[in-house]
Amino acid sequence: MPNDGNISVRVDGLVKRFGSFTAVDRVSFSAYRGEILGFLGPNGAGKSTVIRILCGLLRPSEGSVIVAGVDVGKDPEGVRHHIGYMSQKFSLYNDLEVSENLRFFAGLYGVDRGIAGDRIREAISLAGLQGHEHDLTGTLAGGWKQRLALGCALLHRPEILFLDEPTSGVDPMSRRQFWDLIHGMSGRGVTVFVSTHYMDEAEYCDRLVLMNRGRVVAMGTPPELRHLVKKGALLLAKCEPLGTALQILQGSPGVAEAAVFGNSLHVRVEQAEDALVTLPAMLESRGVKCVSLKPIEASLEDVFVQLAGEQSAVRGGPDR
Amino acid sequence: MFGRIFHMLLKEFLEVKRDKWERFRLLVPPLIQKVLFGYAATFEVYHVSTAVLDLDHSQESREMVSRFTGNGRFDVEALPSSSQAMRGLIDRSKITVGIRINPQFGELLRKGQTAPLQVIVDGTNSNTALLALDYVGQIAARFSSDYQRDYMNRIFPEYQVMLPSAKMEERPWYNPDLDSQWFFVPGLVGSIALMTIVNVTSFAIVREREIGTLEQIMVTPIRPIEFILGKTVPFFVLGLIEVALVAVAGALWFGVPFRGNPLVMLLGTSLFLISSLAVGLLISTTCRTQQQAFASGFFYLTPAFTLSGFAFPISSMPTVMQWITYLDPLRYYLVVLRGTFLKGTGLAILWPQMVAMAILGVAMFAVSVARFEKSLD
Repeated sequence: MPNDGNISVRVDGLVKRFGSFTAVDRVSFSAYRGEILGFLGPNGAGKSTVIRILCGLLRPSEGSVIVAGVDVGKDPEGVRHHIGYMSQKFSLYNDLEVSENLRFFAGLYGVDRGIAGDRIREAISLAGLQGHEHDLTGTLAGGWKQRLALGCALLHRPEILFLDEPTSGVDPMSRRQFWDLIHGMSGRGVTVFVSTHYMDEAEYCDRLVLMNRGRVVAMGTPPELRHLVKKGALLLAKCEPLGTALQILQGSPGVAEAAVFGNSLHVRVEQAEDALVTLPAMLESRGVKCVSLKPIEASLEDVFVQLAGEQSAVRGGPDR
Repeated sequence: MFGRIFHMLLKEFLEVKRDKWERFRLLVPPLIQKVLFGYAATFEVYHVSTAVLDLDHSQESREMVSRFTGNGRFDVEALPSSSQAMRGLIDRSKITVGIRINPQFGELLRKGQTAPLQVIVDGTNSNTALLALDYVGQIAARFSSDYQRDYMNRIFPEYQVMLPSAKMEERPWYNPDLDSQWFFVPGLVGSIALMTIVNVTSFAIVREREIGTLEQIMVTPIRPIEFILGKTVPFFVLGLIEVALVAVAGALWFGVPFRGNPLVMLLGTSLFLISSLAVGLLISTTCRTQQQAFASGFFYLTPAFTLSGFAFPISSMPTVMQWITYLDPLRYYLVVLRGTFLKGTGLAILWPQMVAMAILGVAMFAVSVARFEKSLD
């Protein structure tokens, strides 16, 4: 049991198998009180599975999971007073009014009658739904629904909040507002787990766990992770045609990796100075127009592409 | 615990209150089913389409034919002129029964010999065929005995002929007119309750799984049994209301008597509903979508009807099948329903049924709850 009062979640050697499929493979990490811990990775990386295990919705196949001092594998129900959970899919009752939903969940969380009214009012104001208490929940727009779900997950004042892709399908403006709320929570000492596949959102997290195919690929603060790619340098190339340029670059000496990002290429090279001279010449000689080529700072997406690529190489290709 | 169950119940109530279609679905189709089944489900055979091929044209043969036209069981719809024509009528399903009276039918009778009456029946529907043959047999037998009596009286008019015979005197108890609606209407109460409750329960839980609210509920400190009770108690109440509605409608509309104690029926209904709710719950543990739940419902409902004695007598089933019927709660419930409706029997007689339903209900519910807890994984 963690005696360290600052650790709110400790996961050690977590494995989850569904039949012969290993969804989560030897995952270990800790989260500290008041921290925003981001889970980053493509669909199917195992982010949701980890979060659902931490909430006690799934049982771990192996490993230990301690959440708020409770061993979730042994006592999945013991953890529920301490946590709030918002699933990927909006999961309040569309056919109930806003206030009815809140009262229902306050009742299930066993929030004391005396304070339930205040908590519900707070949740409504957090979601910005004053005056809409008696609207049917199904009629609310996406961003309001998300914030209502968050307010609902906070009714019992959990120490730890699990948000599984909370902003998917929500407009950018609402996503901003949502992240402001998450930072507010963390400021009050709530540990927040967020899974996302929006790389820009990852920058808002205190620490990140990068996952791919059930494994943790890397862990650290966003600057730490960006530093991982500093072996070599990253160049931004604008070329025409893009596809041909990609093919040429991928096999060239001195190029570790090339990938398409939007309408340009991110090229990781061993030596920036040399490459800035040799690559344009080589591309031109093969009939590709190199509009610009300049060094850039690695984004988290670059980190991810690189680390995931290394993982595939170690495992012998992208098959599994 | 009760606080959380209360909130579950309140939520269910609010949802049903909001959902007009749901309320309609819960109450109207069962009543329609009741009326439709009540009229359509019958073993009796009336107005059998019949063809008569009379090759004799004697007074005797005409007398025989008139007995078919006069009793409501048979409608003589064709008078074919040859055997081939009659075969064609049966092939094309124009007629079900063909009666062929050979030449010399009357002559043989007048000589005091046995005259054959050939009956061809379309055996596709074996039940109708069997009953039709039975009616033909009765008509032929009555014709014979009348003819014999008349014959003897004509030969020995000086004697007041005494022909010894045994006569059956029917005394059908509980259903003096042998009205098959009296048999079906009480059984329908059980069948309709089973169908509605299994479907509604499995749909309701699977729907929560489908839209994700089940997961949201399961991260709260609610215990699975609290969720299950919150989810099934409303359907238990609904089931009682529905049984009452369908039973009253059946009794008033079809004029089937209710002779027993309503409290005995209430007890039987309650025990039966527990097992039906358990089946619905069990289906909901294996299904991810409402379509799957609907399909799975059939896996249970069809054998449950077939083996219950609702339409097919259990005593005629092979021994192994008869053993299986002991696992069917509907089997016991039908005995309770028919007993309370028609016979007016009470607990003194129906207690074994009650005990069987209680055991099955509790066992099935326990299995379902255990499975439900696992299925969250």
